[in-house]
Amino acid sequence: MDYSTSPLSETPPPPPAAASVSGRTVRPGDRIFLGLSRGSGVALLVIMAAIAAFLTYRSVLAISGDKSNFFTTLDWNATGTEPKFGIAVLAFGTVVSSVIAMAIAVPVAVGIALFISHYAPRKLASPLGYVIDLLAAVPSIVYGLWGALFLVPHLSGLYGWLDDYLGWTGIFSYSNGAARSLFTVGILLAIMILPIVTSVSREVFLQVPRMHEEAALALGATRWEVIRMSVLPFGRSGVISASMLGLGRALGETMAVATVLSPSFLISASLLDPGGGTFAQNIASKFSEADTFGQDALIASGLVLFVITLLVNGAARLIIARRKEYSGASS
Amino acid sequence: MAKRIDVSGLNAYYGAHKAIDDISMTIEPRSVTAFIGPSGCGKSTFLRTLNRMHEVTPGGRVEGKVLLDDENLYGAGVDPVAVRRTVGMVFQRPNPFPTMSIFDNVAAGLRLNGKYRKSELKDIVERSLKGANLWNEVKDRLNKPGSGLSGGQQQRLCIARAIAVEPQVLLMDEPCSALDPISTLAIEDLIGELKERFTIVIVTHNMQQAARVSDRTAFFNLAAVGKPGKLIEIDETERIFSNPSVQATEDYISGRFG
Repeated sequence: MDYSTSPLSETPPPPPAAASVSGRTVRPGDRIFLGLSRGSGVALLVIMAAIAAFLTYRSVLAISGDKSNFFTTLDWNATGTEPKFGIAVLAFGTVVSSVIAMAIAVPVAVGIALFISHYAPRKLASPLGYVIDLLAAVPSIVYGLWGALFLVPHLSGLYGWLDDYLGWTGIFSYSNGAARSLFTVGILLAIMILPIVTSVSREVFLQVPRMHEEAALALGATRWEVIRMSVLPFGRSGVISASMLGLGRALGETMAVATVLSPSFLISASLLDPGGGTFAQNIASKFSEADTFGQDALIASGLVLFVITLLVNGAARLIIARRKEYSGASS
Repeated sequence: MAKRIDVSGLNAYYGAHKAIDDISMTIEPRSVTAFIGPSGCGKSTFLRTLNRMHEVTPGGRVEGKVLLDDENLYGAGVDPVAVRRTVGMVFQRPNPFPTMSIFDNVAAGLRLNGKYRKSELKDIVERSLKGANLWNEVKDRLNKPGSGLSGGQQQRLCIARAIAVEPQVLLMDEPCSALDPISTLAIEDLIGELKERFTIVIVTHNMQQAARVSDRTAFFNLAAVGKPGKLIEIDETERIFSNPSVQATEDYISGRFG
């Protein structure tokens, strides 16, 4: 306040709104913000309900028109008078490629995150984190092109090695051919989900309370023992959440898979055999040529993918909740 | 079991900032030595130099000598991990491992130190919990998480965890400042029992506590904010609280500053 211009007003008059304490003070800002936030909340529910209704309606049309079992048929022929299609190959391919991606990406991501948060000197840690985040910015079609043009031709050596030593399991048997298999897709997906899993894990590891780490240090723990006793237990639920984010991306990845995989409606025992398919890849490659019924069929497969993702997330929440009383957040 | 600590010419730094300046003192075995002084005088920092915990703080650095009996903790080739196994520590806020059960918390240090048979482990855990006056309260729920205990119980759990590995020295950094008066009393009684077996060093803001539990008291002070902390004097607790030899000590304990 500029006192020099108003020398007489030593006690300012009380603000008019505070004249009475009865009633509630509501200013325009409150009303606008309440309306905006309530409107957004309602809109979200309406949109979700509309999407669910749309997906369910079109899926019911498709599944009731399917002349064979929707869940077990190893084919996708959604045209003509005798449409026969099923999601068995797609469900298998989606789950298997995502599991391979998780098996490769999560340990590596946790390792990188621990290195950045607890091992690397500070000068190295932040550029490294930046490079990891940069990986997330690469568009998925670029990953797809890199996968098809570089990864596929260079993987046959690894495939041969796997066949030599693990071929007897059947899972890793390989006869010459392009490495356009679910295994290659899994490797590519692993690279694609690495950044998100790494950066979320790193954030969690950096939040471990100092006093938990000092508790271990004061008992004479080495750096690895501090990580094992304090950091990993505290970060456990965070790492699970991070993995679920990555898994969500792996399950739904479209362009990179469509570019690398040579799709076929076969389930083969060997992960290294070319062929197979995933939900998202199948929708992307078939949608443009599909008639209305064909689109319905693809939408039905999309609904299944949605349900799978939901189940996976629910399972993850259960895992986190099961040991809640032991979680680091409680103290 | 308990060893004497001989500190000479100790300086500690945080980066370029000198936190404590040229401290020398002797800490007697099987006794309780209390550190008192105003906030920022470096008493906690000094405590953390005694088990090489100061250097885990980024920028933390120490010069000088800390002899445990005849071994210099800062000598060449001394492993800080081994030092911390010999000199245990209890912190200001109780910090049991939140993901571990009560039993596993007490056994944590033992499991780091080597292989124990299950029955051995059980015996040591029971003995340590009894030593921390906690056994009767938790013996029926050893498999429950330690974070479910009250603050005072958690702090005694931390003490049990620290004494389970049979350290030579037990450092306590304001162990009661987050506790209610009854839990505080329980810890103070416990300190009286533990000094039969261990050399105990305790930092406290509570001068009555220092008078109650300690045999010797060291008074730390700093010339001004941002200046390094110094040891003003160390003497029998009785003498410090009745007839200290330095005027600043008398001013502090009689509440004239700080």
